[in-house]
Amino acid sequence: MEWETVIGLEIHAQLATKSKIFSAAATEYGAAPNTQACAIDLGLPGVLPVLNAEAVNMATKFGLAVGANVAKRSVFARKNYFYPDLPKGYQISQFELPIVERGETEVELDGDTKVIGITRAHLEEDAGKSLHEDFSGMSGIDLNRAGTPLLEIVSEPDMRSAKEAIAYMKKIHSIVRYLEICDGNMQEGSFRCDANVSVRPKGQKEFGTRAELKNLNSFRFVERAINFEVDRQIDLIESGGTVLQETRLYDADKGETRPMRSKEEANDYRYFPDPDLLPVILDDTFIESIRATLPELPDEKKHRFIKDYELSTYDAGVLTSSRELAHYYEALVKGVGSNPKLCANWMMGDLAASLNKNNLDINDSPVTADILAGMLKRIEDKTISGKIAKQVFEALWAGEGDADAIIEAKGLKQVTDSGAIEAVVDDIISNNPKQVEDYRGGKDKLFGFFVGQVMKATKGKANPAQVNELLKKKL
Amino acid sequence: MHNKTLAELSQALRNGECSSLELTQHFLTRIQQHNPTLNCCVSITEEQALEQAKAADQRIQAGTAEALTGIPLIHKDIFCTQGIKTSCGSKMLDNFIAPYNATVVEKLNAAGMVTLGKANMDEFAMGSSNETSYYGPVKNPWDTDRVPGGSSGGSAAAVAARLAPVATGTDTGGSIRQPAALCGITGLKPTYGRVSRYGMIAFASSLDQGGPMTRTAEDAALLLNSMAGFDPRDSTCMDQAVPDYTASLNKDLSGLKIGLPKEYFSHGLSAEMGAALETAIDELKKQGAEVKDISLPNTHLAVPAYYVVAPAECSSNLSRFDGVRFGYRCEAPTDLEDLYKRSRGEGFGAEVKRRIMIGAYALSAGYYDAYYLKAQQLRHLISDDFKQAFTEVDVILGPTSPTPAFNIGEKADDPVTMYLSDIYTIAVNLAGLPGMSIPAGQINGLPVGLQLIGNYFDESRLLNIAHRYQQATTWHQQTPPAFA
Repeated sequence: MEWETVIGLEIHAQLATKSKIFSAAATEYGAAPNTQACAIDLGLPGVLPVLNAEAVNMATKFGLAVGANVAKRSVFARKNYFYPDLPKGYQISQFELPIVERGETEVELDGDTKVIGITRAHLEEDAGKSLHEDFSGMSGIDLNRAGTPLLEIVSEPDMRSAKEAIAYMKKIHSIVRYLEICDGNMQEGSFRCDANVSVRPKGQKEFGTRAELKNLNSFRFVERAINFEVDRQIDLIESGGTVLQETRLYDADKGETRPMRSKEEANDYRYFPDPDLLPVILDDTFIESIRATLPELPDEKKHRFIKDYELSTYDAGVLTSSRELAHYYEALVKGVGSNPKLCANWMMGDLAASLNKNNLDINDSPVTADILAGMLKRIEDKTISGKIAKQVFEALWAGEGDADAIIEAKGLKQVTDSGAIEAVVDDIISNNPKQVEDYRGGKDKLFGFFVGQVMKATKGKANPAQVNELLKKKL
Repeated sequence: MHNKTLAELSQALRNGECSSLELTQHFLTRIQQHNPTLNCCVSITEEQALEQAKAADQRIQAGTAEALTGIPLIHKDIFCTQGIKTSCGSKMLDNFIAPYNATVVEKLNAAGMVTLGKANMDEFAMGSSNETSYYGPVKNPWDTDRVPGGSSGGSAAAVAARLAPVATGTDTGGSIRQPAALCGITGLKPTYGRVSRYGMIAFASSLDQGGPMTRTAEDAALLLNSMAGFDPRDSTCMDQAVPDYTASLNKDLSGLKIGLPKEYFSHGLSAEMGAALETAIDELKKQGAEVKDISLPNTHLAVPAYYVVAPAECSSNLSRFDGVRFGYRCEAPTDLEDLYKRSRGEGFGAEVKRRIMIGAYALSAGYYDAYYLKAQQLRHLISDDFKQAFTEVDVILGPTSPTPAFNIGEKADDPVTMYLSDIYTIAVNLAGLPGMSIPAGQINGLPVGLQLIGNYFDESRLLNIAHRYQQATTWHQQTPPAFA
């Protein structure tokens, strides 16, 4: 039987506010345990939450960026359950009336564009962390994270493969980073995701029973976990079993999903509106004032790149996948003043490779857009060839100065004096009579040999076009 | 000295007739003497009180004193007090030293008041008799076999017995007004949002409100002046200017329209209680007020609505008492579930557990619409009754409690009868209105309370009426004979 996979994602984006969603404690990552938890975060008797306005601004930005309805009235509710890292015994979240509803975003996969629906996005507070190791039979509780603002972004079950799910997740990642509402750091847990996965026979309308996969803290894990889960469900059904609706944890070491103890999910959360917080009322003036602060978003930027720089859809997609890359690219094009395609090729080629190899972000590149532009200009004015430029780039990466200095110091300037090139060509022809004879006898392939010899003799600096021309003439 | 009101003591302090230190020592002595009988204080903060008194005396001498500077008071043990045990009347918090001050405490400290101690109360403010306290029942100073009312029973008994000039209380369904009535003092529950709830341990967040418990309306006005006001730490606290509540105390009552809800004067109200209220109404009429019969047709829905909303909120508010970070933790838990079950099972008393269970049930999946949502709808109906009434009258008058103080143990085993003792006070909390109880007679030597209900933020009018009444009567001056 042919199976179809159905996937919906719940993404938790940690909002980049300075303080927590309901207290003034700092949200900075990595502080010593329990040093960033104030009386409110600890849930001490008598404390009350006060909503951080910046979190509302950020959620509104997101809603507008995905074309969603930003609710004029949203309500915080309490989700009640007991866990040691949940200090109040309830999480403040939004339930019936979230701040963002009904948005969508486009993803691109193998040249096809697909629209993924966003059901809702709501504000909530994060819990603390339970640390079960290193406490000799006890558990440690770190409440630094308790009260950190999260935007939970819930998609429609619109994705049909792990690849689509990743493309969607990357798109949301890109949007929240463009909006500067989330640092997107997955290692630190600022951007994480749960996946609802089910399978159904191809052509069937009803959804199959879904499993919720948790603990997916990298793009790679999301893909692996989904693929594992899809195979597991298909095997199960084909061998006569039934899929249970359950929460499953992804174990990255073993590359498998396994059920969480059913006790942990047998919860009736007893949601009700939080009486300590007033409903969030937003008016058009506010919403429009936030709209006015929206930056150019990835899709708009991509279309502009295609139009203005005549880039392929693929290149434009890559170069606009993050705001920083796009910014670098535009600075580079401006610095060179021509040939945007050349700029794109260098960024996606040698620069990207070097960044990857050294595990560096574009912002940390030792070769800035200005420096790289200095070199590309020399390709454009034919001072160096593309091949020589690779040498120059390596020197730039190593910090040996700017392109002109390196070209000068290493004597890499392209030889365009046709007299000089002709002399070398003549030399090569007279020193290789056997090859000349063979070439003239019809061995066309030997032409490359002569080019190579000339380039070798000139240490690669001869203008390749001139070399070709002269050789053709003389042979 | 202890028979003087706050207003008189304030005058005496500034005239140099006595110092805050002398006053403080005098009240501390009275507490030492009478607390063993009344059990109205769970903590006595002598050391801190003496320091605060000395500081207050310096302010008085320096001429920077305010009306409240140097005046001793007792805080209900529901208000967090930094460095001082804040138990909320529960074994759960018997070991809890609050690391911060409630806003109310902070404000009254800043005004220069002297904290003598913390008042006993029903556990987590759940009760109408002060019998649910982990620290044992408080006795009514008028008859120590009787209850002082609750949940602010310790505060009411302390003020009635002259162990402190004034006290703070909180009122979720009548917890300031009913004990004030049963102990013969003046108690005001302000409009919801008038006084910050920050640092006031939550019972039912949408109903809780702190307020003054005093001997006179004038004292209540003075205390409320410093308790009220916007607090950025409480999102439900209203950003509205605080008037000087003493400014209109003496305003003439002529033309005042008083509404008498027929539902408050019908069956269930004893003849003696009715007669006491009649006499009080006559006095107000004599001063120029007009009375009008009105109806609050949804009055009978208040108790059922309250006993869904309040337990629902409390079931969630009390989840933080889990034995993990503070408060009571059971001995040697075997695992997490055991830790939760035994810490909460052993740390909470029976009434608190009853309400947590009722509330958790009312919020649970499949019952939410039938209980919680329904109760919220009733709440709207009740508020609308009052809205309608205030188009016709300026203030509503009725009894505070159906009966005077009852015997300790009398209703303890019958929660429904106990819940009905708040029948006249609960609707006010559901609507968020200000309500006040003042002494207005006695039945068999026990005080009777008269309740005034005002429109939103109309505390000034309640205080004005109460003050005018107290200028013409002496019920508020009556002292329990054993504590004169």
